[in-house]
Amino acid sequence: MSDYLKTGYLNTSDLEFPDESVVKQHFVAVTECVQEIPCNPCVESCPVDAIKMEGINGVPHVDFKKCIGCGNCVAVCPGLAMFLVNIKEGKGRVSLPYEMLPLPNKGDTVNLLGRKGKIVGAGTVISIRQIEKDTTSSIITVEFDDPSLIKVVRNVGVIRNE
Amino acid sequence: MNKKGAGMREIKSHPILHFDRGGQVEFSFEGKRITAYQSETVAMALYRNGINVFSESSKLHRPRGMFCAIGKCSSCMMRVNGVPNVRTCILPVRSNMQVERQHGLGEKPSGVVHFLSPVEREETVTIIGGGPAGLSAAIVFAENGVKPLVIEQNPLLGGQLIKQTHKFFGSKNEGAGIRGIKIAKEMIQKVENLGIPTLARSSAFGFYPETDTLGVFKENQYIKVHSNYYLFATGAAERMIPFEGNDLPGVFGAGAAQTMMNIFGIKPGNRVLMVGAGNVGLIISYQLLQAGVEVAGVVEAAPRIGGYFVHAAKLRRFGVPILTSTTIKRAIGVARVEKAVTVSLDDKFNEIPNSEKEWGIDTVCLSTGLIPSVTLLAQAGCKMKYSPYLSGYVPIRNKNLMTTKENIFIAGDVSGVEEASTAILEGQLAAYSILKKMGKDAALQIDETRSELEKLRSGPFGTKILKGLEEVQYE
Ligand SMILES: Cc1cc2nc3c(=O)[nH]c(=O)nc-3n(C[C@H](O)[C@H](O)[C@H](O)COP(=O)(O)OP(=O)(O)OC[C@H]3O[C@@H](n4cnc5c(N)ncnc54)[C@H](O)[C@@H]3O)c2cc1C
Ligand code: SF4
Ligand code: SF4
Ligand code: FES
Repeated sequence: MSDYLKTGYLNTSDLEFPDESVVKQHFVAVTECVQEIPCNPCVESCPVDAIKMEGINGVPHVDFKKCIGCGNCVAVCPGLAMFLVNIKEGKGRVSLPYEMLPLPNKGDTVNLLGRKGKIVGAGTVISIRQIEKDTTSSIITVEFDDPSLIKVVRNVGVIRNE
Repeated sequence: MNKKGAGMREIKSHPILHFDRGGQVEFSFEGKRITAYQSETVAMALYRNGINVFSESSKLHRPRGMFCAIGKCSSCMMRVNGVPNVRTCILPVRSNMQVERQHGLGEKPSGVVHFLSPVEREETVTIIGGGPAGLSAAIVFAENGVKPLVIEQNPLLGGQLIKQTHKFFGSKNEGAGIRGIKIAKEMIQKVENLGIPTLARSSAFGFYPETDTLGVFKENQYIKVHSNYYLFATGAAERMIPFEGNDLPGVFGAGAAQTMMNIFGIKPGNRVLMVGAGNVGLIISYQLLQAGVEVAGVVEAAPRIGGYFVHAAKLRRFGVPILTSTTIKRAIGVARVEKAVTVSLDDKFNEIPNSEKEWGIDTVCLSTGLIPSVTLLAQAGCKMKYSPYLSGYVPIRNKNLMTTKENIFIAGDVSGVEEASTAILEGQLAAYSILKKMGKDAALQIDETRSELEKLRSGPFGTKILKGLEEVQYE
């Protein structure tokens, strides 16, 4: 594994990914939580028991075959370390937690950002789901042409029309 | 609001918070009218109105501003209604107050100052500090038929927890996945519903072991508290580190930045350099982004990020650089920070020549650790011991949080800097221990709470705490 505590980001090669066949069927959760910390709400939130963890200090592992892509774990994770990925009709899709203002609107073009905040492409917001009633904290789903980017896109940059 | 300056630092919209600022009042600052919100403290109102300098140091006449914003460092002392040395960061605004910059140590009050005559109180249990540790203890007492007195120096209860806008880690029992502010709100509500007497805006300033008396100052009245038991839950204060210009206005404790933006809806600056990449530095950097403040970067002297990786990743994906093996060397500016210089460190923490980097920023936030607030305990004669794992001098205690004095207990960050989940559990444990001493049946609850604490401390992040506890626990 890369020295993520030196850099603050992971490399794609550090992570477990579901097979393409699974990702083409529906959204699947992927986790970027790789350090032993006392935390487990993702495990508790999963309706199908798809997240495994050894003790509260363990690291979560998603059983990609079991996961139904409901997004509960994305919504609850305090580390914003859960994402959903999917490939549909050749296009890549990522659902990610977003807690900033302004929120983009459905249909907007946004910048796709990687783990270092660099722009890696452009995508379209296809859904926004508000996850708490008294905050704007949301799960944003973006769609983009290059399906290989599902392993890379972890944030969006809202384009402001000044 | 007067448009110039006032709006400049006000947070207009926030993804997580709604600011209920209340109506407006006016007071005077060196002859100028300042418009403030009712819910503000004097220091916040001044800062929001663009005033950075609150006083002048006594010898070199250097400008001084706020540093901790929670009443712990004395860097915000001003002259209010003729009285010098008033900590304005915890003083609520009142209309027609006269506020002036203080030059040096401050002269004796000139006008007539009314102090009310002292009062005495007899209590069964007195809790000093209304943070998560103090409040969770108070709730346990009240639920077991004992009404404790809670003393809190800030206008608001809740301690550090009322500014934690992020969701908490841990397990379901400790509120994992729930935002800290919500956990705090629920605790405060419970304290109110249970009718627990609280003295807010009241500083405990002395403990006199000869008579077991606690000295408290509330506004302009001295209160002598005599209590059978005392529980100190005074939390921790931010650590200052030495570097050139560290006293310039615009150098804040990171927690102060958090108080400004998350309680008062005020931006601490426009562009911030964060010093320290532990959880506090990482979390507050992210919260600065949420408040609409730019974070130029985070520097960390150690070769590795000390906080949780997931917090670092949240920042990196917004493009915020985190430079490890780097520290701050200098803050530069006239009446406020305008620039900062950082330097790279080798693996022995020595500066690497020619590795300086200049940052165009207007704010430096220090998140270089917390120090347990133990002065009153030392004064009370509790035996202390230094433990680097617990972040400083802490009282020696037994497994049930009793200090070397039978009537004095501790809980939360004051017993060793840790986190809110453990502070809550320690508060409960200390309360059950006192209840047991009072002859109530609490043995089972003591065991249960201790095993909850053990579970939370079982991972790699808990190892440090366990090592520290070995050094300071007796029996
Ligand atoms: C940025 C940040 C992020 C954090 N994130 C998390 C997290 O994700 N999860 C987690 O579990 N914890 C977290 N914590 C830690 C947590 O907030 C603290 O550990 C916790 O608040 C400690 O509780 P406490 O009651 O011991 O102290 P505090 O909350 O500091 O409360 C102490 C209280 O005592 C009062 N007081 C002190 N001295 C006196 C006196 N002489 N007279 C009267 N009153 C006095 C103070 O005003 C204060 O209100 C975070 C802390 C920070 C700063
Ligand atoms: S997306 Fe839903 S089903 Fe999949 S792991 Fe997360 S909580 Fe479980
Ligand atoms: S909830 Fe998030 S941070 Fe906590 S263990 Fe699960 S993935 Fe990691
Ligand atoms: S005491 Fe007010 S800023 Fe520290």
